[in-house]
Amino acid sequence: MQTLDLASTSLRDVNATLQALTDASNATQWEILNPRGAHAIAVGLDAPVDVTVRGSTGYYCAGMNKHATVHVTGSAGPGVAENMMSGTVVIDGDASQYAGATGRGGLLVVKGNAASRCGISMKGIDIVVHGNIGHMSAFMGQAGNLVVCGDAGDALGDSLYEARIFVRGAVKGLGADCIEKEMRAEHLDMLRVLLQRAECDANPEDFRRYGSARKLYNFDIDNAAAY
Amino acid sequence: MCGIVGLFLKDKTLTPQLGVMLTEMLVTMTDRGPDSAGIAIYGDETVDHSKLTVQSDAPDTDFETLAQDLTQALDMRVVLDRKDSHAVLCLPSAQASTARAALQNLRPGLRVMSDGKTIEIYKEVGLPKDVARRFNLASMTGTHGIGHTRMATESAVTTQGAHPFSTGADQCLVHNGSLSNHNNWRRRLVREGMRIDSLNDTEVGAAYVTWRMREGATLGEALESALDDLDGFFTFVVGTRDGFGVVRDPIACKPAVMAETAQYVAFGSEYRALVNLPDIEAARVWEPEPATVYFWSH
Repeated sequence: MQTLDLASTSLRDVNATLQALTDASNATQWEILNPRGAHAIAVGLDAPVDVTVRGSTGYYCAGMNKHATVHVTGSAGPGVAENMMSGTVVIDGDASQYAGATGRGGLLVVKGNAASRCGISMKGIDIVVHGNIGHMSAFMGQAGNLVVCGDAGDALGDSLYEARIFVRGAVKGLGADCIEKEMRAEHLDMLRVLLQRAECDANPEDFRRYGSARKLYNFDIDNAAAY
Repeated sequence: MCGIVGLFLKDKTLTPQLGVMLTEMLVTMTDRGPDSAGIAIYGDETVDHSKLTVQSDAPDTDFETLAQDLTQALDMRVVLDRKDSHAVLCLPSAQASTARAALQNLRPGLRVMSDGKTIEIYKEVGLPKDVARRFNLASMTGTHGIGHTRMATESAVTTQGAHPFSTGADQCLVHNGSLSNHNNWRRRLVREGMRIDSLNDTEVGAAYVTWRMREGATLGEALESALDDLDGFFTFVVGTRDGFGVVRDPIACKPAVMAETAQYVAFGSEYRALVNLPDIEAARVWEPEPATVYFWSH
């Protein structure tokens, strides 16, 4: 295990060290100490390495992640795993607003709660939240899956495209053009795999599926009331 | 962007360290607001006395004989404690409003930052660490305090535009965000007899809360109705003589983190403002919910 201590090494040096890693690097296990809420920790990684951040992070932790597995043992500030391309990001605590925003791939797991706008404009990322999520989550979500084991806040899936949303608990309110949809066998199978990967023992059968009514893709005067 | 910090002590033994802890929190939020900084601190109380905190752009001339001039004009004992561009005038509570009126004639250039039994407000333009040093904030003691680092959006970068704003006795408010209907509310509140000194949106928010409370609302009720009446983005942290409140607008895009232990309740725009607080690892840390009023009192 290689250790980088933010108490004695600058954030820029820590990130440069991790960003320089490649497929061929021998050192694949890393830990970052003393994050103390700093911004942009472990961003832009591009190699299949494991990075454990011991503590809580500020804005944009693990942003643009590709291939790496980033594990935060505390909570994460706004924009964790923003625009993730691939790999895995796991937050043991809570995540602040817009977790996984615009993510194109990979898996984001939040073991606590996620705040508002979780998965906003998601484009292929899978997000599993063990707790609750806040309002306006998956707003304009285009692809990927948002799985919520607890409750969802107001305006869930507003202006949704083809992202799929699964919620086990209560939904405070659905956003414009978001509707409940039938849960088919293919969804249950996919959900089972995702929950397993997220170390969540919830039963896929307990979830409800939400998706786009597809009335707002293009402006059509007949659908004006759907806005 | 702006930075907010707040600390409400449940454990009285921490009172002597309030200034040190708040200063550290404030300076951590420099990136969020490097143009000005301010702090409201709720400190010692003298029986039957009130404190007027005043600010001057020419403190040497304005403050030199101010206590004597007030004593002479109003026939009362006034004690002046100068801290850089600010001074705290301690005077009999019964004459506090007369003194405030007299100040306008004696020193027309003076600005009143706050009045009340325990509140003192210090704010100036400059980096938070410089502002903190000018007033020696770290040496201050008290039961609770609120600090703000400003990145101006709605009005000029001046002392008057810095936070906290105090529009009522022992009340103060700081704000991260921007209000979009503050001009309407300013006109209305002035008609209702509220005193609003600046063109800043936050001062209108402060005056709104003071006005609601003057009309009989509790602080909690005043903050609840602010959710309906004030349009725009806001995370507000509010202080009263014995309390500390927090409210975020329903959109809640302005960040807020809270931490609570048996010793304190703390607020920070970001978690990094809280990391040096005692026993933070064991604290309950959470984000205040949108459109929900939180309040603690002694």
